[in-house]
Amino acid sequence: MTHDLLRLATAGSVDDGKSTLVGRLLYDTKSVLADQLDAVERVSRDRGLDGADLALLTDGLRAEREQGITIDVAYRYFSTATRSYVLADTPGHVQYTRNMVTGASTAELALILVDARHGVVEQTRRHLAVTGLLGVRHVAVAVNKMDLVDWDRSRFEEIVAEVGVLASRFDIDDLVAVPLSALLGDNVVERSANTPWYDGPTLLEHLESVPVGTEPAEQPLRFPVQVVIRPQSGEDRDYRGYAGRIAAGVIRVGDEVVVLPAGRTTTVAGIDLGQADGSVRGIDEAFAPLSVTLRLADDIDISRGDVIAEPERRGHVSRTVAGTVCVLSDKPVRPRDRVLLRAGTRTVRAMVEEIVDLLDIDTVEYRRAPQQLALNDIGRIRVRLADDLPIDDYHELRRTGAFLLIDDADGATLAAGMADAPDRYAGADI
Amino acid sequence: MTLNPDHVLDHLDHLESEAIHIFREVAGEFERPVILFSGGKDSVVMLHLALKAFAPAPLPFALLHVDTGHNFPEVLRYRDDTVARVGARLHVAKVQDYIDDGRLRERPDGTRNPLQTVPLLDAIEEGRFDAVFGGGRRDEEKARAKERVFSLRDAFGAWDPRRQRPELWDLYNGRHSPGEHVRVFPLSNWTELDVWRYIEREAIELPDIYYAHRRPVFQRDGMWLTAGQWGEPKPGERVEERIVRYRTVGDMSCTGAVESDAVDVAAVILEVAASRLTERGATRADDRLSEAAMEDRKKQGYF
Repeated sequence: MTHDLLRLATAGSVDDGKSTLVGRLLYDTKSVLADQLDAVERVSRDRGLDGADLALLTDGLRAEREQGITIDVAYRYFSTATRSYVLADTPGHVQYTRNMVTGASTAELALILVDARHGVVEQTRRHLAVTGLLGVRHVAVAVNKMDLVDWDRSRFEEIVAEVGVLASRFDIDDLVAVPLSALLGDNVVERSANTPWYDGPTLLEHLESVPVGTEPAEQPLRFPVQVVIRPQSGEDRDYRGYAGRIAAGVIRVGDEVVVLPAGRTTTVAGIDLGQADGSVRGIDEAFAPLSVTLRLADDIDISRGDVIAEPERRGHVSRTVAGTVCVLSDKPVRPRDRVLLRAGTRTVRAMVEEIVDLLDIDTVEYRRAPQQLALNDIGRIRVRLADDLPIDDYHELRRTGAFLLIDDADGATLAAGMADAPDRYAGADI
Repeated sequence: MTLNPDHVLDHLDHLESEAIHIFREVAGEFERPVILFSGGKDSVVMLHLALKAFAPAPLPFALLHVDTGHNFPEVLRYRDDTVARVGARLHVAKVQDYIDDGRLRERPDGTRNPLQTVPLLDAIEEGRFDAVFGGGRRDEEKARAKERVFSLRDAFGAWDPRRQRPELWDLYNGRHSPGEHVRVFPLSNWTELDVWRYIEREAIELPDIYYAHRRPVFQRDGMWLTAGQWGEPKPGERVEERIVRYRTVGDMSCTGAVESDAVDVAAVILEVAASRLTERGATRADDRLSEAAMEDRKKQGYF
């Protein structure tokens, strides 16, 4: 059995007990050590609390502790016998959309908190919307504070039904809800005696059993080239390899491949893993998300930014990109803005052609053509490119369908984007 | 490599591939990257990963060591042997030089870790380095948990936690203006245990002091410090021989050893897995100063 890795992101507001739940997961999986716990107990006592406030484990910056809020995404690590976990802990209040989009971008599972007393609120709706947009495949809903509703089964089922309706609306297929109390620990790691009517998994049991990875065998190959490896001296002087991390799919020696955007085809002569002693080890097959170096049969011009892909399912090369963006910067995104667009390892000059609409995150409806998209806005835009760009539909291939808009002047990341299926203007000149 | 028919990657392979990807992104986007290399285990693992990322080509980066002058001799020896073996170029910035010519003053407690910031920033400026790899891990400390993989620093080397660039997917944005540089942390998502498991799997050699050995030490604030040239025992602190090992190696005057009989990697892994103290809490006097000691040092341009 492989000891694998699951990335998850949490979403919930401070009052939902998110920090307490994360603290509980760390504590009950024995990922919190004595000196950390001592510090938490000391501060809890100073503040006149009865027990240790596990939320204090996760607030890292001085301003956060002083203001009692979480400002920035924090990453937490815990592991069990079967799995290592990377948890992106996203704050509920400040800069909420920006942070949640950031945390969800690398997550395979979103952990969404709902307060059993309040049920589905606006925040829950937003969290599910962002989770769906970012293509997070699995959602776990922690119905927290069940102790405060006397472990009422019908209350839990009511919430589950409501969440289920929203989830299907946002294309979330895998949803599991767990009735729990983060404060008391019921159904987080240990099964609760208070929920005899619940026969589903505890939260950790669920995290342990969710399938990880993207089933590379079903996806077409995408290999964005990062650097060309050419020693140019010594016994390896004729070595020429293309280094990158497989973004999707499987690659085997002898496979025919196409190099995008140019469109030349060749075959894979070797798949190498560099060794620390300077040698390389050849393998027959590799799959996403491995970092490898490819050797190709033909000597063709390939450089950083090119994508090596499967010829039959090669995706699209386009001079326009349409997609959904979330604005991450104080500087708004407006029509005719000249920016850089980064996708995979390729950066191209771009111009915002049109702002199509704005997502009203509370009603989850798109509103027509605003003047601009401001910080934390989510909306659909169309961008024209100065050069050809291989890009995929984000909802089919996450890694090669994601893009950033970057300010050419100061290098700031303006927006995060998820490309739609390439549109009809593909190939049009700028 | 544990390739398997189910196409599920072992978590160490996952972390390795992520780190190699980060090294290659920097090679593709920056002009003059440098790796901070002290001979400590995290920097040793970084170097190992960087060599793998570009083989069979040689390492395309220089190495930089900020030398506190309070080094363990075993670690310095290891550093020089390693640099010679991989054929890298090593720059050394010495805290002692700054103290000798008065640019820095020795602290009353004798600790030199906080003094490394100025020589580090000067070395970055003089070397015109635009990307600086550090071995920092997010599991080490609460302020580090908020650090990006690519962390932009202004001309003063300062880290502003409230103005960090959001970092999405694996699209690292390394754009910076002249005079600015980017700190890059390829081991961001590794834990102490991951580092040790990787050292075991890859059979990576480390300085001896990471393993249990007999040493004259004295106890201060619950830590075992080496009696030696730096950090003499105070009256009432008794020097005794103990079997100890180091979990981190830094300034000898404030880096504590732990009592241990772990003589090899496998034993260290068992010990780390069972440990009830964090790496820094157990061994770094300077991190115990305040809740925000690390955050303050990072804002000033520390590693």
